[in-house]
Amino acid sequence: MSRWQTQPLLEVEHLTMRFGGLVAINDLSFTVGQGDITALIGPNGAGKTTVFNCITGFYKPTEGRIALRHGEQSIWQELPRATQASGRKWAKGGSSLWLLERMPDFEVSAHAKVARTFQNIRLFQGMTVLENLLVAQHNPLMLASGWSVLGILGFSGYKKSEKASIEKATYWLDKIGLIDRADDPAGDLPYGAQRRLEIARAMCTDPVLLCLDEPAAGLNPRESLELNTLLRSIRTDEGTSVLLIEHDMSVVMEISDHVVVLDYGTKISDGSPSEVKADPKVIAAYLGVEDDEVEEIEAEVAS
Amino acid sequence: MEVFLQQLINGITLGSIYGLIAIGYTMVFGIIGMVNFAHGDVFMVSAFIAVITFLIVTTWLGIGSIALALFICLIAAMVLTSIWNWTIERVAYRPLRGSFRLAPLISAIGMSIFLSNFVQVAQGPRNKPVTPMLTDVITLIRSDIYSVTISYKQIMIWAVTAVLLMGFWYLVQKTPLGRAQRACEQDRKMASLLGIDVDRTISLTFVMGAALAAVAGVMYMVYYGVVSFSDGFTPGVKAFTAAVLGGIGSLPGAVIGGLLIGLIEVFWSAYFTIDYKDVAAFSILVVVLIFMPQGILGKPEVEKV
Amino acid sequence: MSHDAPAAAPSIDWSRTLKDAVITGLIATAILGPFIGLVTVQDMEHRLILQTRWPLFLALLAILVVGRLLLQIFVWGRPAKPKRAPLALPPSVERIAAPFFIGLLFVFPISVLFALGPQGSIKWIDNYGIQILIYIMLGWGLNIVVGLAGLLDLGYVAFYAVGAYSYALLAKTFGLSFWVLLPLAGILASFWGIILGFPVLRLRGDYLAIVTLAFGEIIRLILINWVDFTSGYAGISGIPRPTLFGIPFNASDNGFAATFGLEFSPIHRTIFLYYLILALALLTAFVTTKLRRLPIGRAWEALREDEIACRSLGINTTTTKLTAFATGAMFAGFAGSFFAARQGFISPESFTFMESANILAIVVLGGMGSLWGVVIAAVALVGGFELMREMDFLKLIFGTDFDPTQYRTLLFGAAMVGIMLWKPRGLISTREPTAFLKERKAVSGSLVTEGHG
Repeated sequence: MSRWQTQPLLEVEHLTMRFGGLVAINDLSFTVGQGDITALIGPNGAGKTTVFNCITGFYKPTEGRIALRHGEQSIWQELPRATQASGRKWAKGGSSLWLLERMPDFEVSAHAKVARTFQNIRLFQGMTVLENLLVAQHNPLMLASGWSVLGILGFSGYKKSEKASIEKATYWLDKIGLIDRADDPAGDLPYGAQRRLEIARAMCTDPVLLCLDEPAAGLNPRESLELNTLLRSIRTDEGTSVLLIEHDMSVVMEISDHVVVLDYGTKISDGSPSEVKADPKVIAAYLGVEDDEVEEIEAEVAS
Repeated sequence: MEVFLQQLINGITLGSIYGLIAIGYTMVFGIIGMVNFAHGDVFMVSAFIAVITFLIVTTWLGIGSIALALFICLIAAMVLTSIWNWTIERVAYRPLRGSFRLAPLISAIGMSIFLSNFVQVAQGPRNKPVTPMLTDVITLIRSDIYSVTISYKQIMIWAVTAVLLMGFWYLVQKTPLGRAQRACEQDRKMASLLGIDVDRTISLTFVMGAALAAVAGVMYMVYYGVVSFSDGFTPGVKAFTAAVLGGIGSLPGAVIGGLLIGLIEVFWSAYFTIDYKDVAAFSILVVVLIFMPQGILGKPEVEKV
Repeated sequence: MSHDAPAAAPSIDWSRTLKDAVITGLIATAILGPFIGLVTVQDMEHRLILQTRWPLFLALLAILVVGRLLLQIFVWGRPAKPKRAPLALPPSVERIAAPFFIGLLFVFPISVLFALGPQGSIKWIDNYGIQILIYIMLGWGLNIVVGLAGLLDLGYVAFYAVGAYSYALLAKTFGLSFWVLLPLAGILASFWGIILGFPVLRLRGDYLAIVTLAFGEIIRLILINWVDFTSGYAGISGIPRPTLFGIPFNASDNGFAATFGLEFSPIHRTIFLYYLILALALLTAFVTTKLRRLPIGRAWEALREDEIACRSLGINTTTTKLTAFATGAMFAGFAGSFFAARQGFISPESFTFMESANILAIVVLGGMGSLWGVVIAAVALVGGFELMREMDFLKLIFGTDFDPTQYRTLLFGAAMVGIMLWKPRGLISTREPTAFLKERKAVSGSLVTEGHG
């Protein structure tokens, strides 16, 4: 049994998203294992980013359930009851389940602790690298500043928290190799560094699940390699599970533990990288062959 | 019933004027995504041009025929207002294309202030009344208490608006110029790659908007018989409301929105209180923008993440 | 008409230049002919007739054509100079300049008083000092909404009106003192900021601008039409003046002059009002500077840069926008109650769209987000506006009928356009970071986003 079956962190069930008449995602179910790097792949227009937008609350799915676990595995038994209840969160004995489809985008990040990056990088260009990382720690800092009141009056409690948040930012800047550029505007960074900064910024929200939308797009081979190291370290050192959309097969095959393949909004394959690589349906989808030819290819692969 | 019918006639007349101004807002927004704040004042300038031309024609040239005089007024106002708006675009908006996003809007606000004060300084702050014209009425329903009438000037406003709108519709839908304009609305960069002179097309959009605003200006002069330098702001906001209500970017939408705003204003004044009629117009603007920003005929906007 | 003449060839294409001059002349004739060459006036019987002003028209036409010709030959024909870097105040300069500037503000009324005496100085302290400080304060307040949070608000004057009317009505009806009503006016204005802000926050860009404009107009129209409550156009007069903690500024026995053994003079109140608005303005600046370095201020700026990214980081954009609206409105409320207390009379006339445009122009011209920019812009625009009153010598040139104040608004509109063309990002377009690791470096204006709404 693989980890995504024994220790699921996120369960997507029967997810369907329609825009007017267009069905972008059709009855999609998959799980993300705790501690896994899960890749969501598929040809252009397969609906991958839409899945991301549903998970992170930017779109409200037409149908389906997206559940995330904090704490013990046993909490999954409570899922039917959590669904029956009206709330977005179901807690029991220190563990909890979050029903992400019921939450607006900012709450998904603030409470359910799912962070994301964007296909077209969305940094705060006119703010410095350090400020970008501080904005990511907005919610705890807001609390420490007493919703700004204590902060204006200059209470020392806030100063301490601000110092801690700068230390955290420094830790991440070290990790992504941008410590020397901390005081430069984010918009001045080269493309690859902007990608890394966006990942670090997402990590500053202390997520349990990090969703990356094409993190390797536009990177050169060396930067791509650095990205692999960073993602592995996020998984092992930080204990954050990673869900990523990627086109670069070398990245997908090398670092992911679990691959889910989408085509036209439907799941066509799900398994370990080697299993997926050998799946004739996947090959057909990527090469763009007709359905009746799939059998021929299957026969070819088998021989 | 009689009152209703009479207000319907008045509302359609007023609505035609708003619709003509609204087209200018909608076209400019469609092509460069900017609220041309000064458009209401361009309309006011055109009404002044109409008054001045009317005086030249009737007092200096001594033309007695009102129809001929108004025709000359219409042509002069359309041509001169087009030149005004072309120059305004050239001076105040074109250099800011592709710059800081707020810059053209601020520049347009400045232009609006400039235009109304220019007219105030050049022509004086007093109202400019012209001799009432086309005042004869046709009585549609005769009754002792309330007669429903339609005046010649209302008939003229309806007729001229309808004819010019049809001509304009043909221009936009069937001519290469209209095609270039619609192409620029879709994708300016692509249009330019395909050899369309984007700057020229945008200039022509301003010219067309001004020409229609000038028609509205002449109609305004005929209908109310008085113009003032401050007449740009409120009709401008109402016409903008009409453009948004109809669905900004949509030409039929602008006309429908204009008629609706005209009707709402007239009925509000007739059945509620005239004091708050402008409050009603602004409130509609707020409600429409908040609850149906795509308007009646506009396309809904999907947030791109 | 091309502005980017070839850099290598400074020789002038005469035929093109002349053609350009002719076209300029034709366009100017079409535009100015009916408006300058002709003028509509009413005769004795109130009939509209036309009069001609050809000499004036020809003079203007000549100025335009010759001006453009000279520009063509001497400016646009030359290779363009490399652009200078935008004006940036290095932090070190700011550290020295700020106390110097504030000190200057503190000694201004005293030194004017000594230089010109009580009679001569009242105009300078009131029309220039207090007037400019009101606009600086309003500019700083609006700067929070437009400059930091990137929400374009064209109805800011509504909150100024709420502050002024709150003070006027509550002081007249309940006899409450200025010092009680000042915070109350701020709270009421920020309450209105939240009420008006809530429905419009989903809107962006120009739509937000237009809705806020509509709200501003609705409030003004209600002030005009709700006569029982506001006295309509007539306005409210006899508004109680502020006191120095209970000591009134009048000629009575317990008045300020008598208490401190001075000879009564209206200048005392003017100077008191000056320091009052100075304190309020400095409070605004202090709170803004503090807030920028707090998470809320950073969230405002992040919101201006990229709203979607903010939401992905768990920032509640609705409350963040509302706090910006409410904070900005609160300062407008303070300024409004000061305005009512200073004038003693308010009417809807003071709260027109022109005022909103004025304040917005100060923020945008100064450079969005920059406190110093607002100061420079307010001094230039408001001071310039007031200086137009002083231009009596122009009557010697243009004749006694010439009234320079007539041209104030005209020039103001033209200046707004001109400034946008000259510096679309305002005078000070660099942004100062709110936190730093090693050194504070200013962020160039070209990177700073202008906001979505």
